[in-house]
Amino acid sequence: MSSNAPRLTALDALHRSLGATMTDFAGWDMPLRYGSERDEHLAVRTRAGLFDLSHMGEITVTGPEAAALLNHALVGNIASVGVGRARYTMICREDGGILDDLIVYRLAENEYMVVANASNAQVVLDALTERAAGFDALVRDDRDAYALIAVQGPESPGILKSLTDADLDGLKYYAGLPGTVAGVPALIARTGYTGEDGFELFVAPSDAEKLWQALTDAGTPVGLVPCGLSCRDTLRLEAGMPLYGHELTTSLTPFDAGLGRVVKFEKEGDFVGRAALQEAASRAEENPPRVLVGLVAEGRRVPRAGFSVVADGKVIGEVTSGAPSPTLGKPIAMAYVDAAHAAPGTAGVGVDIRGSHEPYEVVALPFYKRQK
Amino acid sequence: MSNPQQLRYSKEHEWLSVAEDGVSTVGITEFAANALGDVVYAQLPAVGDTVTAGETCGELESTKSVSDLYAPVTGEVVEANQDVVDDPSLVNSAPFEGGWLFKVRVTDEPADLLSADEYTEFSGS
Repeated sequence: MSSNAPRLTALDALHRSLGATMTDFAGWDMPLRYGSERDEHLAVRTRAGLFDLSHMGEITVTGPEAAALLNHALVGNIASVGVGRARYTMICREDGGILDDLIVYRLAENEYMVVANASNAQVVLDALTERAAGFDALVRDDRDAYALIAVQGPESPGILKSLTDADLDGLKYYAGLPGTVAGVPALIARTGYTGEDGFELFVAPSDAEKLWQALTDAGTPVGLVPCGLSCRDTLRLEAGMPLYGHELTTSLTPFDAGLGRVVKFEKEGDFVGRAALQEAASRAEENPPRVLVGLVAEGRRVPRAGFSVVADGKVIGEVTSGAPSPTLGKPIAMAYVDAAHAAPGTAGVGVDIRGSHEPYEVVALPFYKRQK
Repeated sequence: MSNPQQLRYSKEHEWLSVAEDGVSTVGITEFAANALGDVVYAQLPAVGDTVTAGETCGELESTKSVSDLYAPVTGEVVEANQDVVDDPSLVNSAPFEGGWLFKVRVTDEPADLLSADEYTEFSGS
């Protein structure tokens, strides 16, 4: 992009009419919150919330060797994903550093949609394009082809059912199927980033307002509210989900982030980063690096990304994300800490909050798990 | 949103009430409360503390960030709002009323406090 003006989603006018507080996020002007972010958070936990996630980066990969390309370019076994299913995976550099975490949907035998974080969409697009050399596959930038609307929370299946004939009961977590919602063609995916049941609907930008309005009309009677990125962040934090730029960076491998399970060494063929990741895997086993843990405050001051984690007056780690947790009613954080201090219940761990060492309890992630 | 006419305002977005027996009430404006988002923690100056105009005297923590609280005038703190300490969301729901922060016996005030109209223009609110 040559312009520095923020990009606007297809729902921009609607957000403004709802009185949203907007924020710049990865070059996009996005809703931060409409009213109280705490109320929005609790609505998703107990009822339903409606999100505009059109900043996410969609990249379509098609062709006879689409699966082989993605198996080569990404760390997961993408060829083994069934049509209509989705997979959480990562794209790494040759040295094993994480370029982005992704969701890959297999839309057809030879068609995948890769969804990248907004901040990394160009990097992922460039890497896939470069890695496609020699494969009979096409990598297409589809960022402008989709608006993405998510409806999340326990009421979301009921809300969506009232607007579609699609078989939602047959749609499992991490599955996606094409359908029609409120008369609008949509890819209906049972995915999300909130720790709740919910759906993400990929639609043409020109259909976004109509869909948003229909979901609002259907959901308002059961407590659905529009939700901004602020509560999306506290929802994912409570659910222990990593955020690129915080828990995941190019200086970490998936093994350093405690997500080695996404790397599939057993898949066929070579893939970018294999050798470095094999080393990282052995290193993580023999001499564990810092471990990603949860911290729960005993006091009320909130730890923020970059704050030092301390024990016995020494720095033993660093906070990657922190926020007041609406569900727990206390400040929480994710942090990388030295393995010796990573066990849940480890005593004497604190966070340096502007010079004062506040006591924190080390807990296993996630902070919140929904009752199924 | 409207900024009450009877109050005066600092450029750090605090409001100050007309003194009664030399004591003024201090809070943050609705504009500031909206910019912060949900306030989850308020560290207020203690009774007996001396605060100095333009200097920090506490902090307000919201979902996304922590912000310093500045004293709009110089004086001695005579009361801190325990209701806000117990329920910081009062700062959002009633910034000009129940969400007041502390009361101060004013000994000196800066010359550049704003009227309601001047603050409205200054903050674009």
